[in-house]
Amino acid sequence: METYELLSAVLLAAGSFLLLSGGIGVLRFPDVYSRMHAAGITDTLGACLILLALMLLAGFSLVLLKLMMILAFLLITGPTSSHALGKAAWKAGVKPLTGKSLQR
Amino acid sequence: MLTVTTVTLLLVMALALSRAFVGPTVFDRILAANMFGTKTVLLIAVIGFLFGRPEFLDIAMVYALINFIGVIGMLRLIEYLEDENRSSQEEDA
Amino acid sequence: MLIATAIGIAVNRDLLSVVMLSSIYGLLSANFFVTMDAVDVAFTEAAVGAGISPLLMFTTMAIVGRYEKLPHRWSLSALVLVSITGALLLVATMDMPAFGAPDAPAQQHVAPRYIEQSGQEVGIPNIVTSVLATYRGFDTFGEVTVIFTAGVGVLSLLMVGDRATKPLSSHLLKASQHKILRIVSKVLIAPILLFALYVQFHGDYGPGGGFQSGVIFAAAIIVYTMLFGLDSARQVIDQAWVRVMAAVGVLLYGAVGVVSMVNGGNFLDYDVLAKDPLHGQHYGIIVIELGVGITVAAVMVLIYFSFAGRLVDRGHQDD
Repeated sequence: METYELLSAVLLAAGSFLLLSGGIGVLRFPDVYSRMHAAGITDTLGACLILLALMLLAGFSLVLLKLMMILAFLLITGPTSSHALGKAAWKAGVKPLTGKSLQR
Repeated sequence: MLTVTTVTLLLVMALALSRAFVGPTVFDRILAANMFGTKTVLLIAVIGFLFGRPEFLDIAMVYALINFIGVIGMLRLIEYLEDENRSSQEEDA
Repeated sequence: MLIATAIGIAVNRDLLSVVMLSSIYGLLSANFFVTMDAVDVAFTEAAVGAGISPLLMFTTMAIVGRYEKLPHRWSLSALVLVSITGALLLVATMDMPAFGAPDAPAQQHVAPRYIEQSGQEVGIPNIVTSVLATYRGFDTFGEVTVIFTAGVGVLSLLMVGDRATKPLSSHLLKASQHKILRIVSKVLIAPILLFALYVQFHGDYGPGGGFQSGVIFAAAIIVYTMLFGLDSARQVIDQAWVRVMAAVGVLLYGAVGVVSMVNGGNFLDYDVLAKDPLHGQHYGIIVIELGVGITVAAVMVLIYFSFAGRLVDRGHQDD
């Protein structure tokens, strides 16, 4: 059982680090689209890692099943939300920061 | 380790909140709200484990659903309003 | 974070940001409730405050407009009144016993009775549901009636007279560009409905129950309506049926009470519903939770259809 707990601690640490970097990224990136990158990728992956860690802690039980359902749901809806957001932003006319505007 | 994760989650939620306040366009704010939502799901799950009450997972599931549905709602609204603006501009022109 | 969000809501004039901030507020409250160990409340708060309310407000904003009109002047009397009331409330809470203090009156007389006797008298693990459905069943009846009345109120306001104020352009009606969203939603709606049923019937054993399940059910239908158009949604769920179901829920609840009276007990006394009191309680709770779930789902769907209906009708008239 010690290896399980160690592994889950490692996964939790990795997930937290990802989430933190995503949060900082969302604040610091200069443009909506880059922020979507930061938020979407780190969100989904960090959530997966943390949920996997919790699954390791849970053992074989109903809790495991529920965690798997939440994981599946997040995996399906996370990228979909990012896609919908990006598409809506593009259609609304928000222009991404290209290199030209930065070369001043 | 779980407490460290909880603290990190709270921190990230605060960061997302600041983006929700500042974000120049409305899409920044929707992004922040979406992020906040997924962090809440994780927070509830982690706290559930911390307190030894795995029933919290039902709430986490509900919240994941609501988050998704909310984002879709917001995007449809923006689409509708933009369309409104565009058609009224065409009428003016 | 709660205070910052509240200030943000009050100050901001862009209604869209306001709605988003209020959904974040609802979420923070839900987290708060979770840490205070009030799981059922957190459930309902997350579902309603962060889910359905923003959705309904979005539909409203589609009709009303996105920005709040500039207020003409600050009303000093209103500010003074609100501050005095707020201060009075704060002072009153100082007098109340501390959160969770063991010698508070609520903890000494009522709570121990519920906690100790609920196992024998009602026999379901979730004490919150047993309090809601049995010990305070009459209050819950009132809540269901309130929800039903809200639905009736919305109907009477929105379905009479001038039908629609804003036209809906044709490509928005179909939303056929959103292929990915449509496919993903088609996949997800069935599990969501299943989850609503799970929450409904699992309310006895874990957090859940009628209110939460009704909200989740309505949320699934609203997603369908948002992505596939009001017409398809109306074909799937006939509006007349929805109105009937809203009434059916309340009727079911009241019927349980009447059946209890017919069987010799008081109104809403479940003990007399079956051979022995414990089974009677179980039957009673399941049926009234069902009634609550049906009414909540129907009313939410009704309100959404009414709001959205004001957007669509003009489009039809133009054809």
